[in-house]
Amino acid sequence: MTHSEIDTIIKDHGKKESAILAILQDIQSREKYLSKESLEYVGGKLHIPLTKLYRIATFFRAFSLMPRGRHEVCVCMGTACHVRGAQRVLDQIQLELGIRPGETTKDLNFTLETVNCLGVCAAGPVVAINGQYFGKMSPSKVEGTLKKFSEDKKGDKDAKA
Amino acid sequence: MQKLSSPQELEKYRQDILSQKNPHQTIITVCGGTGCHAAGCHAVVDAFKKVLEETVKGNGIGLRVTGCHGFCERGPLVVIHPKEIFYQRVKPEDVPFILSETILKGKVLENLLYEHPTTGERILAEKDVPFYKKQMRIIFGNNGFIDPTKIEDYLAVGGYQALVKALFSMKPEEIIQEVKKANLRGRGGGGFPAGLKWESCRKAHGDIKYVICNADEGDPGAYMDRSLLEGNPHSVLEGMIIGAFAIGAKEGYVYVRHEYPLALTNITIAIEQARELGFLGKNILNSGFNFDVFISRGGGAFVGGESSALVASIAGDVAEPRAKHIHLVESGLWNRPTTLNNVETWANVPVIILKGADWYTQIGTEGSKGTKIFSLVGKVNNTGLVEVPMGITLREIVYEIGGGIPDGKKFKAVQTGGPSGGCIPESLLDLPVDFDRLTEVGSMMGSGGMIVMDESTCMVDVAKYFMNFLKDESCGKCTSCREGTKRMHEILTEITEGRGKLDYLDLLEELGWVTAEASLCQLGGTAPNPVLSTLHYFREEYEEHILNKRCPAKVCRALLTYRILTETCTMCGRCAKVCPANAITGKRKTKKEEGIPFKIDEEKCIKCGMCFENCKFNAIEVQ
Repeated sequence: MTHSEIDTIIKDHGKKESAILAILQDIQSREKYLSKESLEYVGGKLHIPLTKLYRIATFFRAFSLMPRGRHEVCVCMGTACHVRGAQRVLDQIQLELGIRPGETTKDLNFTLETVNCLGVCAAGPVVAINGQYFGKMSPSKVEGTLKKFSEDKKGDKDAKA
Repeated sequence: MQKLSSPQELEKYRQDILSQKNPHQTIITVCGGTGCHAAGCHAVVDAFKKVLEETVKGNGIGLRVTGCHGFCERGPLVVIHPKEIFYQRVKPEDVPFILSETILKGKVLENLLYEHPTTGERILAEKDVPFYKKQMRIIFGNNGFIDPTKIEDYLAVGGYQALVKALFSMKPEEIIQEVKKANLRGRGGGGFPAGLKWESCRKAHGDIKYVICNADEGDPGAYMDRSLLEGNPHSVLEGMIIGAFAIGAKEGYVYVRHEYPLALTNITIAIEQARELGFLGKNILNSGFNFDVFISRGGGAFVGGESSALVASIAGDVAEPRAKHIHLVESGLWNRPTTLNNVETWANVPVIILKGADWYTQIGTEGSKGTKIFSLVGKVNNTGLVEVPMGITLREIVYEIGGGIPDGKKFKAVQTGGPSGGCIPESLLDLPVDFDRLTEVGSMMGSGGMIVMDESTCMVDVAKYFMNFLKDESCGKCTSCREGTKRMHEILTEITEGRGKLDYLDLLEELGWVTAEASLCQLGGTAPNPVLSTLHYFREEYEEHILNKRCPAKVCRALLTYRILTETCTMCGRCAKVCPANAITGKRKTKKEEGIPFKIDEEKCIKCGMCFENCKFNAIEVQ
């Protein structure tokens, strides 16, 4: 992310310490992670020590310090999803992708995350991929659901060609 | 839109809006709540837009995407006004028929109506569906009528009338008295009387005061705040403005959970519209009262919903709670007097002001007045959001509204209060639901999650689930919470993996006691509840895991074995195909060749259950 892009974000929220969460959230949502360079730049601009920024960035689940995959697979582990078998859905996704929660596949296509509750409890177990909800999931639906996102990459290329 | 500068102008504007609305006009409302989104309502909306454009060119037929109707299980939901025809599980391919038959010819499509599970009767109107019949939707009811992105829709159902009443015919003290008299208790879980909070905050020293709306709904299995903020954001805002006027605050914040993007969008739009029309800003409706609301986004931490942690987070710090020897009403956000209430609490305020405390206190039990929205989820037929009067029994909620347990299974427990709550067994199903009764039986109201569990839910696993949750979400400030939740999780893991000992149960109780007693905030203070309540009501399940190394609900993997029943197996080979561990061997039977019966190699089996789930002949046995 360029310095001028970060400057715009800082300007949007006001150059004050209390806006730090909002600023980091905007950087996270655009860049999909908080790079060391971005954190250093924000810290310098707002006169916030880097230790405090790292404290915030590692405290909240919304932030990531590692680059993310193109598609974020978010498995809801809320209670309603849990009693309907969310753990088995997660296990199956881990098997399919070969990564654990918090990790990204080598081809940078998928990042796997778990979340405490997406608030779509009635449709549980729920998996959200790039914010799109897939309700009533089961281990056997995992492969087909993930395929939609490994193939759309090719689809994009075809469309461009 | 022009700024309204007096109650008269607001009334005139409301009349203008109403006069433009034709009560006989056909309006198609599609539920746009998150549950329906997951069921594909956006495709249904697109299909309606397309057919309306193509066939009738929008000719006098309205299409409205509303907030959550509550009956998420049956989504996507479509209600056609003014006849109130209630269609459920609507698919995009049904849409052309709805238009050609129902809307143009007035014919009801039977197959889309709700079918009564016992009588088989098809039910026409939403209000007659058993799921809605026992509900009392005073807070949530307007969700189905209004488009949350249009302030005009809120005004059309009488929105901001309570604000006018509060600003122009009540003194701040009178408002507080009314809220006190209504005995409005905090809907976020604690159940603290809102009126008392407001009174202390009004009396607190200082010119600058704040009101905060806690929309950091973190309890897993609860989503009523999300649906209110998404579906009727102005009702929450109106409550906040009235509260701010009563307390003497000029600034307010809505702290929205990171995981709720649509709620964030809708409340942002609502604030902008309220500013434009003059419900927020300087000199609101020419009353001399100034107040504005800002949004703060959460960062995805469960403890962020704790009031002192939330305040720290708005001020740009990590969301760590502090000791509350001095309450937030004295010293909260930026050390100023602060009143913090939850989304649903704020949404109750306009109703109380408009209809009066005398009306409001007719609903509910002695200690808990009004209604409560619960998210009825888990192993229950009719999942969704239900608003019921306080004092209704758990049995009525689970069986009459919820329609009982699916697949003929047996009810085991209902979990309320999120990670701070507990599990309530079948013997207490006739318990009237209110703040005090739930606390008495070792659970709590919490924000209103109600997760139904059946015989296939393992209570030790549930306790372990919550401890895993809490050990991850403990901020780590208090040793008792940080270590207590971790150790309890370890012990529960030992038990679920077959290494438990009987004296572990006493240890759990002791650890639970220390964690609760020695922690600063309520995360630690209530953390042992899931363990203690399951130990209390379901001790025999713990003992079964420990003594016989058996999980009666067949959930705890390490204690399960999968076996193929040779006599039932048709040798179709499906299990071997889906097995990710290649643990199943055998040979498929075809017309030409005899098969070899399939069997599972226990050494290789990872107990994922894929074979069990995929076998169509019930030939896989789990023990």
